[in-house]
Amino acid sequence: MADQLSFEKPIFELRNKISELKTFTAEKGIDLSGEIEKLESRLEQLEKDIYGNLNPWERVQIARHSKRPTTLDYIERLFTDFLEFHGDRLYGDDKAIVGGIGRFQGQAVTIIGHQRGKDTKENIKRNFGMPHPEGYRKALRLMKQAEKFKRPIICFIDTKGADPGIESEERGQSEAIARNLIEMAGLHVPIVCVVIGEGGSGGALALGVGDRIYMLENSTYSVISPEGAAALLWKDASLAKRAAETMKITAPDLLELGLIDGMIPEIRGGAHRDVDQQANEIRVYLEKSLKELGNISELDLVQKRYEKFKNIGEINHVSGPIAVK
Amino acid sequence: MLRDIFSKKKKYATIPSEQAKQEVPEGLMTKCPNCKTIMYIKELRKNKMVCEGCGYHHRLSAYERIDLTLDEGSFQEFDVDMIAKDPLQFPDYLEKSAQDREKTKLNEAVVTGEGTIQGVPTVIGVMDARFRMGSMGSVVGEKITRAIEKAIEGDKSFIMFAASGGARMQEGVFSLLQMAKTSAALNQLNERGLLFISVLTHPTTGGVSASFASLGDINIAEPGALIGFAGRRIIEQTIRQKLPDDFQTAEFLLEHGQLDQVVSRHQLRETLGTILELHHPVKGGEV
Repeated sequence: MADQLSFEKPIFELRNKISELKTFTAEKGIDLSGEIEKLESRLEQLEKDIYGNLNPWERVQIARHSKRPTTLDYIERLFTDFLEFHGDRLYGDDKAIVGGIGRFQGQAVTIIGHQRGKDTKENIKRNFGMPHPEGYRKALRLMKQAEKFKRPIICFIDTKGADPGIESEERGQSEAIARNLIEMAGLHVPIVCVVIGEGGSGGALALGVGDRIYMLENSTYSVISPEGAAALLWKDASLAKRAAETMKITAPDLLELGLIDGMIPEIRGGAHRDVDQQANEIRVYLEKSLKELGNISELDLVQKRYEKFKNIGEINHVSGPIAVK
Repeated sequence: MLRDIFSKKKKYATIPSEQAKQEVPEGLMTKCPNCKTIMYIKELRKNKMVCEGCGYHHRLSAYERIDLTLDEGSFQEFDVDMIAKDPLQFPDYLEKSAQDREKTKLNEAVVTGEGTIQGVPTVIGVMDARFRMGSMGSVVGEKITRAIEKAIEGDKSFIMFAASGGARMQEGVFSLLQMAKTSAALNQLNERGLLFISVLTHPTTGGVSASFASLGDINIAEPGALIGFAGRRIIEQTIRQKLPDDFQTAEFLLEHGQLDQVVSRHQLRETLGTILELHHPVKGGEV
């Protein structure tokens, strides 16, 4: 199977065996139901063992799975009347970010998200989900529009990072990201962010300054990719597995560190196993948070958002003589 | 055997590390890394660490920068005693921070405080690239945020001198979120109608260039400073070609509309003073 990850091999092998036995039963008319039942309960246990004890590197692999649902998959399932809007009005239309308006349970909302491709052709069109400055500026335009019409904003985060290229530098990638950070901090409408795949550094954060930050159970959020960290730390990108553990990039780790507001449970084996069901899980969190945030006044919303980010950080103080000049 | 005694000397020849080569040694002379001219350090200091020959702007320590920028004796430092914690229990992080404290005599990669520039009271933050590459972790984010709040309290302008390789890897997502934290603080400053001048010095890259450093009402850079989002090596690997020499320099950014001005260190204090005066009109002889 093409979408099989290495640590899932025993599960897939057992599953194949069961389906072989079933075929055999059907074709030869020999009753093997007892045997099949036994194997099925073994499969159940095996899945529990493997998927219930995923290590950080295994989660990274699920987060990067080629079949993992994208922003548009969730938009299709969670919103009605969705209209996609294009362009930043300054340079172009970046297909690595999609955005527009629609209804969430009847309420008009603005939806914005990173958009990966699912095959090579689409990935090239969407630059592998790595936005250029015009992508972030499109997102900002849609956010300001949402503020004007008092619509809550929902952001889906799913990128390896912002595009690192000559043109991005020329058009001010740094400024585009920084501008989103400061503007999002000041928006007078509720902002709910959900990390659905990879949350790669500043390119992810540029859609991430929200009142609520949720992560899917097998998504990641990091300041640098595990490969990048391993290359810098140990001069060896193949130590990415170790870096994934050290860097604390998984949803359970970040929840424990108090850096996110909640972890949205995933379908066993990963969101791609049942996209409809996964969308239902996300719906619960969106509904709850929009209801809570809807009760907060515009000014309080901005102040609370500021305090939320202001409180992030761990510091110590020197004891004894202070080293100055 | 006699030969052994003589050859021993060679064995202990000191080879300066890359880091040491970049910094001005505490000797008498130094060599400009740009034009290779050899000069007296005393003369270089007198010239604000700008090479007389080619105009290359040598790196300044945070306190050298403060001395060159603020009115003499006006500086009052904030939050001197803050040092890094280790929220991820990251291997060797605290040891390396301690080494940098020893080496730089700084507690962290940014010094913040207040003082006056040509008589105008101002809150200032200065990063020091010698400390963990000037990277931004929790302490840097917190000190900058508090400095911005001090500016708001005192109705003052805020000037930030950036010099940083980006977010500090050893604090993971804590570091990443300092980008949002400092930017959110600047939003508060904006709401009060207060001025923020960002001075981008060599180098200003990654998470620092992609947050507060790019958010000045006025963005100024020193000549030749490296400023950019992605590292040069990463871009070269991605596009598989060599980049032009001036790529991501202050002059390149000015050309592409990303900066208001590139200002030589010799004119910088005066330029900042003029900008401040234009934003803080003199009333009845008092600023």
